[in-house]
Amino acid sequence: MRRASWLLPLFYILFVLAPIYWLLNMSFKTTNEILGTFTLWPHDFTFDNYRKIFTDPTWYNGYLNSITYVLINTVISVTVALPAAYAFSRYRFLGDKHLFFWLLTNRMAPPAVFALPFFQLYSAIGLFDTHIAVALAHCLFNIPLAVWILEGFMSGVPKELDETAFVDGYSFWRFFLRIFIPTIAAGIGVAAFFCFMFSWVELLLAKTLTSVAAKPIAATMTRTASTSGYELGLLAAAGALTIIPGAIVIYFVRNYIAKGFALGRV
Amino acid sequence: MASTKIPNQKAWLLVLPVVLLVAFNAVVPLMTVVNYSVQETFGENVFFFEGVKWFEQILHSKRFHESLQRQLLYTAIVLVLEVPLGVAIALAMPRRGPWVSVCLVLMAMPLLIPWNVVGAMWNIIALPDIGLLGRSLNAMGIEYNFTRQPFAAWATLIAMDVWHWTSLVVLLAYAGLSAIPDAYYQAAKIDGASRWAVFRFIQLPKMKRVLTIAILLRFMDSFMIYTEAIVVTGGGPGNSTTLLSIDLVKIALGQFDLGPAAAMSLIYFLIILLLSWVFYTVMTRDEAN
Repeated sequence: MRRASWLLPLFYILFVLAPIYWLLNMSFKTTNEILGTFTLWPHDFTFDNYRKIFTDPTWYNGYLNSITYVLINTVISVTVALPAAYAFSRYRFLGDKHLFFWLLTNRMAPPAVFALPFFQLYSAIGLFDTHIAVALAHCLFNIPLAVWILEGFMSGVPKELDETAFVDGYSFWRFFLRIFIPTIAAGIGVAAFFCFMFSWVELLLAKTLTSVAAKPIAATMTRTASTSGYELGLLAAAGALTIIPGAIVIYFVRNYIAKGFALGRV
Repeated sequence: MASTKIPNQKAWLLVLPVVLLVAFNAVVPLMTVVNYSVQETFGENVFFFEGVKWFEQILHSKRFHESLQRQLLYTAIVLVLEVPLGVAIALAMPRRGPWVSVCLVLMAMPLLIPWNVVGAMWNIIALPDIGLLGRSLNAMGIEYNFTRQPFAAWATLIAMDVWHWTSLVVLLAYAGLSAIPDAYYQAAKIDGASRWAVFRFIQLPKMKRVLTIAILLRFMDSFMIYTEAIVVTGGGPGNSTTLLSIDLVKIALGQFDLGPAAAMSLIYFLIILLLSWVFYTVMTRDEAN
């Protein structure tokens, strides 16, 4: 019985890895090999697809653009969510419950609904095709999520911590920055992870709000797919490279994933 | 818990930045949509007030009903497959040791891949002639071509969604499980509780909160699916995989029918709000009592 229970996670992980392997496999093949034969591993091993991406500015700028707006968004979301989550977890104020629910409803708005109005809004205020526009637009769903996660973590911290600090003569902000934030560092890590994740993977809004200067890598891929014919190897290499930032982030939060989720009630 | 909170109206100052940022992104676009939904336009920025005409038209249109049915079916299949599978995997995972991190990191991978890349990956692996999956199925004598057979297209989309999102359920369920103290299991062992009893009376109640969140998130996100599906099938073959978002974008950006598209957007948003509220109320009802 104990031994058999190993199989399910194992099979699931193999299932998870199969498409990733196939993508890597394609990315090291030449176009001829991809279209001409069916091979389980690259026989004609080549780095050309990756070389193209690292030398062509339209490709590598896509990565830089994506990473820029994702980082801006993560910093904004977590920074403004911290005091708000503290307010929700510690104080009762007029309309607090309604406000919390209203925030969460924004997580339920389909991006397809907002694509066109967002385009008009950000064009009107002159932010179209900038990193900050995408970063701000992604706040729509990331701030509610960050508030939700952080509120869970903060509610797990005993209130005696706050009271003792105030008795000791700490001002609010000094207590908040020096004592409280280090206490919930794990929660901030988990919230940042989720903000990074949802901003990194979202494409519809990012594509709608950019044309050249801030075009995300994912949009570069779709446009290349339609203009330069069927360069599967190049597409596969670009796709494989989009996995790397995520993998790095997961590696950093790996110890918090299990503990963090439960504490944050997420 | 709520009673221990201190009444303090100044707390509004702490939430103000969040309210401003989200309101900017939510209220302005939403009002734009509401504005379009009651007007007719002939281009040149000339608009005429039309009242609820578009809402009536959408609610009676066969096309909308079909997309909605496809969407409901899709979401139902996805939830029925992913939630039990995710819980089963979380239960079977090791509780401690070096393998925990390895499992979690590998399983979390699909969650951090951009959605159009997910679509591209599944497109590549499912190609009948050069994809691993498509080629293997055809070699086994199963006729499979997701660009021609509606059933194959559906199966591919469902497999992709299971691949993409089951990990989220696993992570959440696992988090719930790892919050259970060992003492509970020891007590159950002394009482001679069966495996099923342990699951039903210890593990499931402890996972309830995280499972509520998992089901809500999976419901909302599968109901909004756009990018992955459009990359893999483009809504085809025919209209067989034209889910709500795909249909909406076709109307709004393809045909540029702003009025009907806006009305459909609002109906779509309300359906998600309503169903999320129903899920939430049903799943948290016991707690309130």
